[in-house]
Amino acid sequence: MRNLLKNRELLLGLIIVGMILGFSTRADNFASPGNLANIFNDTSILIILALGQMVVVLTKSIDLSVAANLAFTGMAVAMLDAAYPGLPLALLVVLAIGIGAMLGAINGLLVWILQIPPIVVTLGTLTIYRGMTFVLSGGAWVNAHQMQPDFLGIPRMLVLGLPILSWVAIVVVILVGFILTRTPFGRSTYAAGGNPVAAAYAGIDVGRARFLAFVLSGALAGLSGYLWVSRYAVAYVDIAIGFELDSVAANVIGGVSIAGGIGTVIGTVLGALFLGVIKNALPVIGISPFAQMAISGIVIVLAVVFNARAERRKGRIILRDRAPASEVSA
Amino acid sequence: MTAQASKIGTGALPADTPILEMRGISQVFPGVKALDGVSIALHPGQVTALIGENGAGKSTLVKILTGIYRPNEGEILVDGKPVTFANAQAAIHAGVTAIHQETVLFDELTVGENIFLGHAPRTRFGLIDWRQINERSRILMQALESDIDPTTKLKDFSIAQRHLVAIARALSVEARIVIMDEPTAALSRKEIDDLFRIVEGLKRQGKAILFISHKFDELYEIADNYAVFRDGRMVGSGILKETPQGEIVRLMVGRDVHDVFPKMPAVIGPSVLSVKGYSHETEFRDISFDLRRGEILGVYGLIGAGRSELGQSLFGMTRPAAGSLSLEGKPITISSPADAIAAGIVYVPEERGRHGLALEMPIYQNMSLPSLIRTSLAGFLKTTNELALARRYAERLDLRAAALSVPVGTLSGGNQQKVVIGKWLATAPKVIILDEPTKGIDIGSKAAVHGFISELAGEGLSIIMISSELPEILGMSDRVLVMREGLSAGLYEREGLSAETLVRAATGNA
Repeated sequence: MRNLLKNRELLLGLIIVGMILGFSTRADNFASPGNLANIFNDTSILIILALGQMVVVLTKSIDLSVAANLAFTGMAVAMLDAAYPGLPLALLVVLAIGIGAMLGAINGLLVWILQIPPIVVTLGTLTIYRGMTFVLSGGAWVNAHQMQPDFLGIPRMLVLGLPILSWVAIVVVILVGFILTRTPFGRSTYAAGGNPVAAAYAGIDVGRARFLAFVLSGALAGLSGYLWVSRYAVAYVDIAIGFELDSVAANVIGGVSIAGGIGTVIGTVLGALFLGVIKNALPVIGISPFAQMAISGIVIVLAVVFNARAERRKGRIILRDRAPASEVSA
Repeated sequence: MTAQASKIGTGALPADTPILEMRGISQVFPGVKALDGVSIALHPGQVTALIGENGAGKSTLVKILTGIYRPNEGEILVDGKPVTFANAQAAIHAGVTAIHQETVLFDELTVGENIFLGHAPRTRFGLIDWRQINERSRILMQALESDIDPTTKLKDFSIAQRHLVAIARALSVEARIVIMDEPTAALSRKEIDDLFRIVEGLKRQGKAILFISHKFDELYEIADNYAVFRDGRMVGSGILKETPQGEIVRLMVGRDVHDVFPKMPAVIGPSVLSVKGYSHETEFRDISFDLRRGEILGVYGLIGAGRSELGQSLFGMTRPAAGSLSLEGKPITISSPADAIAAGIVYVPEERGRHGLALEMPIYQNMSLPSLIRTSLAGFLKTTNELALARRYAERLDLRAAALSVPVGTLSGGNQQKVVIGKWLATAPKVIILDEPTKGIDIGSKAAVHGFISELAGEGLSIIMISSELPEILGMSDRVLVMREGLSAGLYEREGLSAETLVRAATGNA
């Protein structure tokens, strides 16, 4: 049992399964495959955003501008689609990723070259990117009827029973997992966050690792921008407002250390799914949207408490290790 | 406790009761006996110089006196009555206060707030009495012949002035025993004179002062008594003015050092790394030497002499302002640690926890971190290669671990050190810079590390060994570069080199 508790991912997975079973006693069909697929599809954008956030957090940084980045790129591609109906969707998606990556690169350069703390940089760019969205659109909306059928339709298209939106999230999960475990860049994010000084001594450019993490986070936010306006079939200045906090929360719940250097892709995906299940379940069992926010908040705080406890337990192991050693030498 | 200590100690000191006395104090850490039966007495109106190399047990003693450590054995008496310091607060309450090398003060608070932090006078409503804080601070600062305004923020002052604030803070709690830990390290000559005037004032007020410094000229100027520590024991004490400096140095260094080191006669080859006129804007200037194949070059000096800074600069952590490097005859420029590693120069930092390892990462990932270019395949990590590399060096260094995939943080200190060394050896370096390779490890492990260093030199590696420990420097080095205040103070051959020569060169008492 203790070993089971030690594996955070497994524990979180069990909690999610328990929650689904619990909710299904109150709402029929909650645990049906169709509804579960629905919850996953609903959470896809959060998963993508949270994974970008995770790479940044691993390097001991934070990206608070992801939702504003999403809003700007979403607006930009929606306006392009409305103004030039002939543009192929693939080009728009590439543009979304590119614009997002560029906005991420701005964050990254400020952090790398000017050495401004990431929280300050992205708090600033959060407002700037949101403001740019307003300037770009003049405050106007892009509505469903202005968007092309494939712009709206392709993410909804079913492939092997799942919408393409879900498949995109799955691909991103695999891709980020691959980057983190199989590339020198991925390793450098863990090293840069785990011990920046040791990383620097090992020849890793910590600033560059952070920069690349921000670019990746930006690119994924850009992709999410398109997915969001397509899913909700509308683009306006305030879309996804406050959503950056959900992306951070998914990481915290998933066991990613906000101090950097610790975290897994599976953890973050489960953290996002955890939030997704709660968001989907609460209305079903008849809890008001206001209470929903409070409940989500409580869950996040509980996750942080759990994290802190997990780290304290580590301290005790060190002491236990020390105690017998001092007995021997005394 | 030891016969030697009590004989010299009580014999030389005046008969009045000491304010504070430590008897037979021992402090044991896992694997290390930091203090072994130490007895020392501090008398009112006297300055006692605490002398010893790094690791001799001075800071442990200070930490016991200030209530941070509780000794395993022995007793502390204040005014002849036994006391135990349960915590730092208890020590302050008993009248012991310490002024540290790097003063522990708060930049963003005012001078008055710094002085009274933690024991601020209160108004009758229990609120902080600012009028009294500023008034009493002003009086304290005036007593120290300073007209610093107590309402100014600390960040506006120089290091010397901060020391004054730290001293005022010590006086504000009515300290009777003042410990000064290398207070002059960052001061100019004039500021040192000012400080000494203050110390004289404290003596007149009947305070007992424990003064830690590496600079002999200052000690002879200010101290009445001395106590020399070596390897956790007090090896001598007495009246300083009656004791020649040579005697003190001999006590410090102790044994005949060449015997106990497993230094093998090395076959010294041609020059590998040639350093010419290497200078940094603020840390060091005009350092030149040739490091030869199979050679161990010791770099000796006091703390803050610029030794680590030189090593870090050779490793590309900082950019030199002037000078040139050549490796095996070819000029090279090193502008980042990645460059240095690629060229075959590595630096094993002093603090393995802070600089050496990412504790959450598995052993094998820590070991392969500087070698990822070699272990990767077509730009992708190859775990099997990483594990093979880690296994090779784990075996060679006799690393004890359950598996190479466990986090480094779960290992003991000695095994962590092995991971650090293995990690750098795995880069197949030509030049290895070791910064205080045996700091904080016990005697037994030290011998093992020394044997290993010697072995590496025997295999043709060139080694720069930065160390503050004279026996280590004398026992291991083929040549010794001494640095003082960022400048080269001489390059000495092993043959006929004495501890006295090195100490004189490092302290500037030529």
